[in-house]
Amino acid sequence: MISNDIKQQFIRIVGAENYDDSQAGRLVYSYDATPQFQSLPDAVIAPRNTQEVAEIVKICNEHRIPIVPRGSGTNLCAGTCPIEGGIVLVFKHMNKILEIDEENLTVTVQPGVITLDLIKAVEEKGLFYPPDPSSMKISTIGGNINENSGGLRGLKYGVTRDYVMALEVVLPNGEIIRTGGKLAKDVAGYDLTRLFVGSEGTLGVITEATLKLIPMPETKKTMLALYQDLEAAARSVSKIIANKIIPATLEFLDQPTLEVVEAYAQIGLPTDVKAVLLIEQDGPQEIVERDIKKMAEICKSEQAVSVQLARSEEEAEALRTARRTALSALARLKPTTILEDATVPRSEIAKMVKAINEIAEKYNVKICTFGHAGDGNLHPTCPTDARDRDEMERVEKAFAEIFAKAIELGGTITGEHGVGAMKAPYLEWKLGEAGIAAMKAIKQALDPNNIMNPGKVFAKSTRKRVVVTR
Amino acid sequence: MTTEKERSIIQTKFRERMDEDELMNCMRCGFCLPTCPTYIESGFQESHSPRGRIALMKAVVDGLIEPDEDVERSLNMCLGCRACEPVCPSGVRYGHLLEEARDIIQQNKKHSFPIRVVRKLVFDELFPYPKRMRIATALLGFYQRSGLRSFARKTGLLKVLPPSLRDMEKILPDVPALKEMKERPRHLESEGAPKRRVAFFSGCLMDTMFMPTNDATMRLLQLAGCEIVIPESQTCCGALHGHGGEKQKAKELAKQNIRAFEELDVDYIVTNAGGCGAFLMEYDHLLKDEEEWRERAKAFVAKIKDISEVLVELDFHKKRLKVEPQVVTYQDSCHLRNVMKTSASPRKLLRAIQGVEFREMKDADRCCGSAGIYNIVEPEMSMQILDYKMEMAKQTKATTIVTANPGCLLQMKLGIEREGLSDRVRAVHIVDFLLEAAEGVQASEHEERIRKTS
Repeated sequence: MISNDIKQQFIRIVGAENYDDSQAGRLVYSYDATPQFQSLPDAVIAPRNTQEVAEIVKICNEHRIPIVPRGSGTNLCAGTCPIEGGIVLVFKHMNKILEIDEENLTVTVQPGVITLDLIKAVEEKGLFYPPDPSSMKISTIGGNINENSGGLRGLKYGVTRDYVMALEVVLPNGEIIRTGGKLAKDVAGYDLTRLFVGSEGTLGVITEATLKLIPMPETKKTMLALYQDLEAAARSVSKIIANKIIPATLEFLDQPTLEVVEAYAQIGLPTDVKAVLLIEQDGPQEIVERDIKKMAEICKSEQAVSVQLARSEEEAEALRTARRTALSALARLKPTTILEDATVPRSEIAKMVKAINEIAEKYNVKICTFGHAGDGNLHPTCPTDARDRDEMERVEKAFAEIFAKAIELGGTITGEHGVGAMKAPYLEWKLGEAGIAAMKAIKQALDPNNIMNPGKVFAKSTRKRVVVTR
Repeated sequence: MTTEKERSIIQTKFRERMDEDELMNCMRCGFCLPTCPTYIESGFQESHSPRGRIALMKAVVDGLIEPDEDVERSLNMCLGCRACEPVCPSGVRYGHLLEEARDIIQQNKKHSFPIRVVRKLVFDELFPYPKRMRIATALLGFYQRSGLRSFARKTGLLKVLPPSLRDMEKILPDVPALKEMKERPRHLESEGAPKRRVAFFSGCLMDTMFMPTNDATMRLLQLAGCEIVIPESQTCCGALHGHGGEKQKAKELAKQNIRAFEELDVDYIVTNAGGCGAFLMEYDHLLKDEEEWRERAKAFVAKIKDISEVLVELDFHKKRLKVEPQVVTYQDSCHLRNVMKTSASPRKLLRAIQGVEFREMKDADRCCGSAGIYNIVEPEMSMQILDYKMEMAKQTKATTIVTANPGCLLQMKLGIEREGLSDRVRAVHIVDFLLEAAEGVQASEHEERIRKTS
């Protein structure tokens, strides 16, 4: 609870118009895109600059008020659901692109900038910012950094982490620090930039970021390979990489996913095949053509029933858009949609896909799988109904087993969505007790009063590890 | 403002009437946010976004919050443009949720006396009656022609009106005389061999204040090869009622329209106003709980088609169409685009006109802020949205802004007026522009014939 006295202090900092503790105002910041998580904050505050953020944080630290920094609330791990109340910080005023530096190839932004706006702004100057999460039309850079978002281009170009060069952060004690710089080489001390990327708002509030840009690839080609055998598709993925080709995109969709995506996007996706690979390569024209030809041969040798090249940029864009909407299109099947992002080394894709199908059958639940097959990041997705308790229990068991299997194959419980509140009970499976202890030590050192996004990453209790039966 | 008792009744009604499956269907992915004009113009306030509004409705149903002023404010602030629907991957029918919620609130709160009187007059006594619509329009005509208008403008008498209404007065079209409005055609033969037999939904405002546009619509249909029937017993579509929380009245009007059209044996029922067309197209949803009307509504809905779709189907764009050289841009009617799914045909027709340099404006699919009576009840937000729209329109350097709905047309005219561009830029309904193009060809062909013979 926030006392009236503290409320007045907040209002003095940001102005009454940027402090909202009305019932409706709090309700609309009580959730993010994660199913089954909702909790009211005590207030919503929209600071106008870093100084105001620092002053707010100081007050919160003094009075032990939880702070949840929030972008557009599109994350899938309940990372911005204020499960312990407190204040939600929104960055609607801090949404400027501060500088595009064409000499150093960097862009400096405030956290509230929309990802796609940034991408468009730098593309106008012939530059390229590759991370492209499915929600990029509305997600913010601040959110992307805190969740270390991935996207379709992750395989070749990496994820958000690989593009963050410098940060301005307000620490939980209210101090403002700057990490990194516009430097390709910098070994001065611990790499705090990397520590804050993906920290899910648990270590501080990011108030500014300098991001790396690269030159725009000259050309791009898009191709679709169809399979009647799911594992053949997965084998193609491994074989493409083994042949030393790193495509810009290598996405996988299984039949149930294809059906719903087609019903939504109506772009003529085949729905009579068992799996589809969406493959893209970009770069200089000769190399793109050579790689695409080679990949088409590999797909055919792995029993692809057909390999089609997109005839125009519109057609290619339609295919990419269709893939981006996969998650939400699945939501059409049932009221509740549980989406996971178990990730394995890409050599293990075929085994993982097979295991997911077996697990779904074992627990009698429907699981559709799509994802970034090229980097081993799969999205097994379960359309269900939160009102059906019995089924929800089976879904939970099935996913627990999927996580266990992913770890067994050398993978992880989450590739790009983050831990948040949702995966916290499983984190120890991946890190072990000592791993958790090391992370907790960092948290304790920076945020001794546990005001920054409490209840995230670290769970009160770890779930019992499932033993995978074979 | 609602009393505590009213809020408790509203909450109960929410629980009884709101479609829980539809509310659950929203997975809060946020894909609707970037398309919502009020979310953007409010400076990214979640409570003014579709996801936020659905969360509020659900929270009222779940008993998490009371339907207080802020909840009502959030729902009122919605334009109802439904741009969130085509982008919603899980297919939430947001428009239906909004309509139901507004109806529950309107029907269960006591308005102040003047508001009650105005609502009753407009919804119950005026729009459902074509005759009264004609008389009301004729009164406006009297005002415009008698010298009263110039008197009011000169003396500053109009200053008693709030600014939003004062601006409105300026942009209203010169309306036809009562006699003309009374003598409307009921049946028209096609020009040449008939390719289709269609019925024309003439609407209430369209057949009075915008009568020339209706005439142009029928003329185009004739030129395209349509035999046209215009049933006299048709009435207002009920959109204004449906969107304004008067669902019961909307249902009555829907039934009257279904009765008027269902025996006609026509290929299509043609509309020329996106707002009306979209509402007609959802009569099946409106009457879904009424056993004996369900099938009849479905049959009616299956025949609704916008004029531009009919024209493209009949290859009207392949005719010779010509206007003076000019830059043209097109502002989508939200309901035509988002509900009737018509956006390509109007553009196809415009591009087919010789002399037209068509330039797409940025965010042409974003609402112009007219939204029924929104520009009167929420003038501040409406004008903010309009200013953005005019900025985009100006960037195209278009001298003609084409729209496909009377509300949008007036709003565009208002925008032109506000920007001080009325000597350079005009706003026009697509059918009027198409007729101008078709007649332009006829006129130039006529001239050519005269030149040749002399």
